[in-house]
Amino acid sequence: MTNHWIDLANSDCILIMGSNAAENHPISFRWVMKAKDGGATVINVDPRYTRTSTKADIYAPLRSGTDLAFLGGMIKYIVENDKYFKEYILNYSNASYILGEKYGFKDGLFSGFNADKKAYDASNWGYVLDEQGIPKKDPTLQDPRCVFQLMKDHYSRYDLDTVASITGTPKADLLKVYEAYSATGVPTKAGTIMYAMGWCQHTVGVQNIRTMSIIQVLLGNMGIAGGGVNALRGESNVQGSTDAGLLFHILPGYLPTPTASLQTLADYNKKNTPTTKDPLSANWWQNRPKYVVSLLKALYGDAAKPENDFAYSWLPKGEEGKAYSWLDLFDAMYARQIQGFFAWGMNPACSGANSNKTREALANLEWMVNVNVFDNETASFWKGPGMDPRKIKTEVFFLPCAAFLEKEGSISNSGRWAQWRYKAQEPVGESKPDGDIILELFNEIRTLYQKDKKARFPDPILNLKWDYATKHQFDPHLVAKAINGFWTKDTTIGDKTYKKGEPVAAFALLQADGSTSCGSWIYCQSYNADGNNMARRDKSDPSGIGLYPKWSWAWPVNRRIIYNRASVDPTGKPWNPNKVVVEYVGEVKDGKYVSGSWKGDVPDGPWPPLKNPDGSSRQDGKLAFIMKSDGYASIFGPGLKDGPFPEHYEPLECPVEKNPLSAQLNSPVAATFKSARDVIKSCDPRFPFVGTTYRVTEHWQTGVLTRWLPWLVEAEPQLFVEMSEQLAQLRGIKNGEKVVVESPRGSLEAVAIVTKRFKPFTVQGTEIHQVGLPWHFGWIYPPDGGDSANLLTPSVGDPNTRIPESKAFMVNVRKKGA
Amino acid sequence: MKLTRRDFLKISGAATTGLALNGLGLDLHPVEAYAWELRTKDAKETPSICCFCAVGCGILCHTDKKTGKVIYTEGDADHPINGGALCAKGASAYQIAQNDKRAANVLYRAPNSDKWQVKKWDWALKEIARRVKKTRDASFVAKNAQGQIVNRCDGIASVGSAAMDNEECWLYQTMLRALGLFYIEHQARI
Repeated sequence: MTNHWIDLANSDCILIMGSNAAENHPISFRWVMKAKDGGATVINVDPRYTRTSTKADIYAPLRSGTDLAFLGGMIKYIVENDKYFKEYILNYSNASYILGEKYGFKDGLFSGFNADKKAYDASNWGYVLDEQGIPKKDPTLQDPRCVFQLMKDHYSRYDLDTVASITGTPKADLLKVYEAYSATGVPTKAGTIMYAMGWCQHTVGVQNIRTMSIIQVLLGNMGIAGGGVNALRGESNVQGSTDAGLLFHILPGYLPTPTASLQTLADYNKKNTPTTKDPLSANWWQNRPKYVVSLLKALYGDAAKPENDFAYSWLPKGEEGKAYSWLDLFDAMYARQIQGFFAWGMNPACSGANSNKTREALANLEWMVNVNVFDNETASFWKGPGMDPRKIKTEVFFLPCAAFLEKEGSISNSGRWAQWRYKAQEPVGESKPDGDIILELFNEIRTLYQKDKKARFPDPILNLKWDYATKHQFDPHLVAKAINGFWTKDTTIGDKTYKKGEPVAAFALLQADGSTSCGSWIYCQSYNADGNNMARRDKSDPSGIGLYPKWSWAWPVNRRIIYNRASVDPTGKPWNPNKVVVEYVGEVKDGKYVSGSWKGDVPDGPWPPLKNPDGSSRQDGKLAFIMKSDGYASIFGPGLKDGPFPEHYEPLECPVEKNPLSAQLNSPVAATFKSARDVIKSCDPRFPFVGTTYRVTEHWQTGVLTRWLPWLVEAEPQLFVEMSEQLAQLRGIKNGEKVVVESPRGSLEAVAIVTKRFKPFTVQGTEIHQVGLPWHFGWIYPPDGGDSANLLTPSVGDPNTRIPESKAFMVNVRKKGA
Repeated sequence: MKLTRRDFLKISGAATTGLALNGLGLDLHPVEAYAWELRTKDAKETPSICCFCAVGCGILCHTDKKTGKVIYTEGDADHPINGGALCAKGASAYQIAQNDKRAANVLYRAPNSDKWQVKKWDWALKEIARRVKKTRDASFVAKNAQGQIVNRCDGIASVGSAAMDNEECWLYQTMLRALGLFYIEHQARI
């Protein structure tokens, strides 16, 4: 989230799309309802009428997989009806940039497409630069080659009739949503978006969110109270685990993992450190080399020194252009390219798309370690449905771990609050905290490497800093301090001297010469000389807008609303004086600030605003979007693999043969796989209905925890499939009877729920039915609970993130035995 | 006796319930008082954060000082996000603490076996370490086909975990990267 949970209450219009917050993030609704009580409009767009819909002022249905078309229509509406916030986009976005001659878009494809490689050459999407190397701008926004005009042209095709024929949404509902939401494009109104996997799990997942980001920029909703782009994350610490770099493409703190062509730290820094010719751009990532060296110091301590390039060569390097993501990982495992596997605090046999492929892949391993609180379908895969244990060689080690309330440490919520929690009882039985298991396991591994003089490349193993135990037990405080960072030697900067071992106060002080160690730069300040800031419980709120700056700690540097320099006009005055996030207050002489400072939230950098009160430009001000190398929010976004403007494509498995917007039916660059278990069937009469997956309040993810809690199982005991009354009639299915749901990849038995919550869609003049199933269940427990809905979902993915397209696929539903 | 705000709420809540039931001709004051005594009297309060979704609601755990076991959990009324409220899952946190189905032992399943064997930690960690070393050393790629130094272990993969604390996540990725793993993924991808 750019903002945070409590901030939802500051909104004037809340769009809930791609999420079912009332059921899946129930306590978020405390703040949604507070906003509504204060007069905010709540909008819900969803294929199914959910409990979120019941609380919405406006509900609009849409077919799964068509969100981008819906939102593209909103961009057209905003532009053509002059609903955008012109001063905001002129000052804070790249709307005025002029695009180079090579950029083009024709019939569903952007310029630079290579059909053989199924990839774009993004060098075709560059800007025209001036003599200083800064993009040329047209502040009138009239140049036909400026971003604004090209955007207008791009979305001119997304008219109401076309959008409605794709999404199945009645035109009147589209208009209602567009009108209500675009009313926030004025300085004193805020609109926000609450989205979750309903937007991510598509082959256009990233572009769904990009489309909304464009809308938020057009309406001036970024950086303000009650605005932002807010991903409702589904796991208690999925924000923190992402921050920690538990993904193939990032090291802690969003530093890209090195690839083979980057042989030295200098190569790495050259490729990954953006530059700008614009003196007004803060270009914060210019600091990346400081964060990388500080991380290497945290990993390897004294063994990381200038003479050995700070041990950069010890970091594993990926092959250029090769992805090692979830789908790629299981594809490699399926192809027997992986022998050993850790499934740590996860249940991949149920959680990933195309579970049959995953489960078969597990049988191809030599050994697997599963760490969990309960038995699960991954640990026990060898005795699951269709498996013959006698034929499965995989050795399995199951390690029982402590539950959350049996250990101490921090977790980071969606709003980036790192909150410390404490131990309330000893771990059950012989279970141990994950931290202890990691600590002890690595001690054993290291001992083996110490003993074997012929071991392969032992350096990173022998030199890894591993002093995180107190009395032989994992000590989260020691790790938290290492993550925050400390000075590795006495260092004087300006008139201040920092002592060796002293915590680094905040990341602005991190150095690239090895004098600082920091495990994750964005967490620098979380545990410094002030103590453990994540453990703070002071409920004061001087902001009056619910920032609670002394409750826990938020990254970065306790900033509660990021991009907050965009919440003020260029002179530093809040767009909305009634909900001030930050404000520049200073002494003014002859219309110029002669001194001053920011009040309110921690600002996006200390620099003064861009302009003086008299409107004259300042040389020491900075542009609002400090993480963008050019300082501007990207309406045109040339950094993605599937195009600089979001474009609607059908899901890879879809119910239509034509895309009314172009000749390109599916994403031309989506991630696909070729194993025998990768079967995709579009417009196949055997699989005529759109399928989707979702969650219920009473269960969580694969149910790996919740299926074992009696209260929750009593409330939601088994798998069901929801369908419309019309579909039930078509298939002769009665409410409550067991039916079979099958996709080209697997089949399931489920209890039919025949409901008015689903209605057929009219898509390109044809009636299209959709069904949905929760994905919480698995064969192991409870008895007769059913199996994972991911047996049905396809292992295809978004070209950027490679997230599976679990939210839109094709199925059949029939009576059992029919 | 010094009363905290929560004590006051408990007492006044109990009193209100008692009064309402009094209207039915029952005096439940002693019952209510006894119930509260059973549950939380002398229990130690420990603040935690819910383990389910990422709203980050505060949960208060009440631990029996004699047994050391969590005997009750409730929403943390002081927490600014949830103000004491919890959803069905968060409200069931107690059943994670007290649950006879919890995995309590290290288990091992041998190749082609149809059953688990209970094992000791020491044995399991040593055996896993051996397999890690064997697979890593066998699959380690020091240089790729282009002769570039990659120092990568392709034979081992890891998924997990958003269910761990920040400190555990950070430590886990340092271990995996020291081993040379590149197939490092978790819940955030899917």
